[in-house]
Amino acid sequence: MNFKMFVSSGDSVPCFTGFTLIMPAVSVGNVGQLAVDLLVSTLNMPRVGYFHTDCLLPVAGSNPYATSPDDDAQLCTSADVYSHTDLKLAVLQIRSPIIQNKVKLFRKQVVSWMKSCGFLRSVLLSSSHAYQRDDQQLHGTPLRYLLSPCLEKKEGQVLEDLDWREMERVSAFPGISDSEHCTEDLPLAVVLIFCSEGDNIPDAFALISHLNNWLHLLDKPAQGSVQWRVPPSWRLLFGSGIPPLLF
Amino acid sequence: MATFFGEVLSVYSRAVEEDEYDDQCDENEEDQQILRELEEKRSVDVQWLLKSVTGPMPCSDLIIATGPNATGFLSACVLGSGGWRPIAWFCLWNERSRGTERPSKAPAPGEPSCMLYQQETQPTVLICQCQCYLAEDQLFQWTEKVFSCVQSRDLTVTLLSDCAVSEYKSSEYLSDSSVPFLRCLKTDKHSKPQLCPALEPPNICTGAAAAVLSHCQVHQISAVLFLGYTEGLHTDSRSMGMYAAPLSSLLKV
Repeated sequence: MNFKMFVSSGDSVPCFTGFTLIMPAVSVGNVGQLAVDLLVSTLNMPRVGYFHTDCLLPVAGSNPYATSPDDDAQLCTSADVYSHTDLKLAVLQIRSPIIQNKVKLFRKQVVSWMKSCGFLRSVLLSSSHAYQRDDQQLHGTPLRYLLSPCLEKKEGQVLEDLDWREMERVSAFPGISDSEHCTEDLPLAVVLIFCSEGDNIPDAFALISHLNNWLHLLDKPAQGSVQWRVPPSWRLLFGSGIPPLLF
Repeated sequence: MATFFGEVLSVYSRAVEEDEYDDQCDENEEDQQILRELEEKRSVDVQWLLKSVTGPMPCSDLIIATGPNATGFLSACVLGSGGWRPIAWFCLWNERSRGTERPSKAPAPGEPSCMLYQQETQPTVLICQCQCYLAEDQLFQWTEKVFSCVQSRDLTVTLLSDCAVSEYKSSEYLSDSSVPFLRCLKTDKHSKPQLCPALEPPNICTGAAAAVLSHCQVHQISAVLFLGYTEGLHTDSRSMGMYAAPLSSLLKV
């Protein structure tokens, strides 16, 4: 297996020891990826490297988080890694689907990278189909969490105090399977939202705000909620403008 | 999960379809052998036409073309005018590109192929013309193979590719007269002035062009993509003509 999936974009290899990793699962409505977009955009996180692997479909584009004409030329790839040193935060953004038959390999690559980096904990932002909720799950919040056994010992009480709801143990999750992270003994949390395909922007806001209640990445104002910055690449999410000839 | 009629169904995954082959834990030796053979069959290989070449070639400029208009332009205006010799081809097999899997014989003119050409007057200028279908799972490997043929030191890559204008997202309405048009996308190492507007987000490029650009970005190679947005299903001279400007400084076309 190729262990050099991570390629640094700078001259030195960044050190992630003690960092928290946040990554999306490519899942229903791409909510995890949208939530990660909000985080990178709001915290203005610089890119520190790429996750260069043959398991993802290649895509390339201009900088999706550009704030000025100077930085819009920076090329983004299918999986980029961003970092915020002060917050000890690393983010892996995945922008394309995983190639069929390579899900298992990709999972192994991510897990081996996570282990080699020495992350304090990893958070997988995910989403599940709303229609699969059972009667009990239909009540109350659509947000759920799951902790791997070793993170359960450290953070389980914190999340219980926050009044978070643990996922009912009925299913497997996209991205990283239940069994894998448990057997690897990784400190991993899955935070997910039940939703349907469509305009998933509100779901992304809900998921990232929920995560912020735990990790306190951004200060919450006394009144209202955190002002997340929508990246410019979210424009035209539903296609081009309307042709004037229609009217 | 119980259905309305009371049958109990096992719920496998909540959100995405897990791979059929991927999560079979009880794969036996025979299954694994078949999967290995399938993977082997889909591998991409370089076949050199020059006996003297054994390793990566010195290269200052590599021009890679994918898509009917971009490859058509190279055939009509660059390779057709002479002064280029084929030096290698890439043999690969997939569902839509069976003809290129013949390691013993180079593809005949007109057959789907992916060929590497060298300029006779300037041997460090190479062209990779890809006229065959590359499957999704072969893009990464194909890119690695192309770059294994050339030395990456002081290399500049120029990519030409096509895209349907229906894929282009813009808040402004595109009139018929504005199509075809060209957009560019470059790696951070590329510092030459732009000849056309940059590809505006949220537009992205995919396929072979994206695989090559990502490779160049990650390996810090100077590369620029000229992406032609065209309307027709077939090649036309107006769409092909767009690529003349980006190559004019390089090849005098």
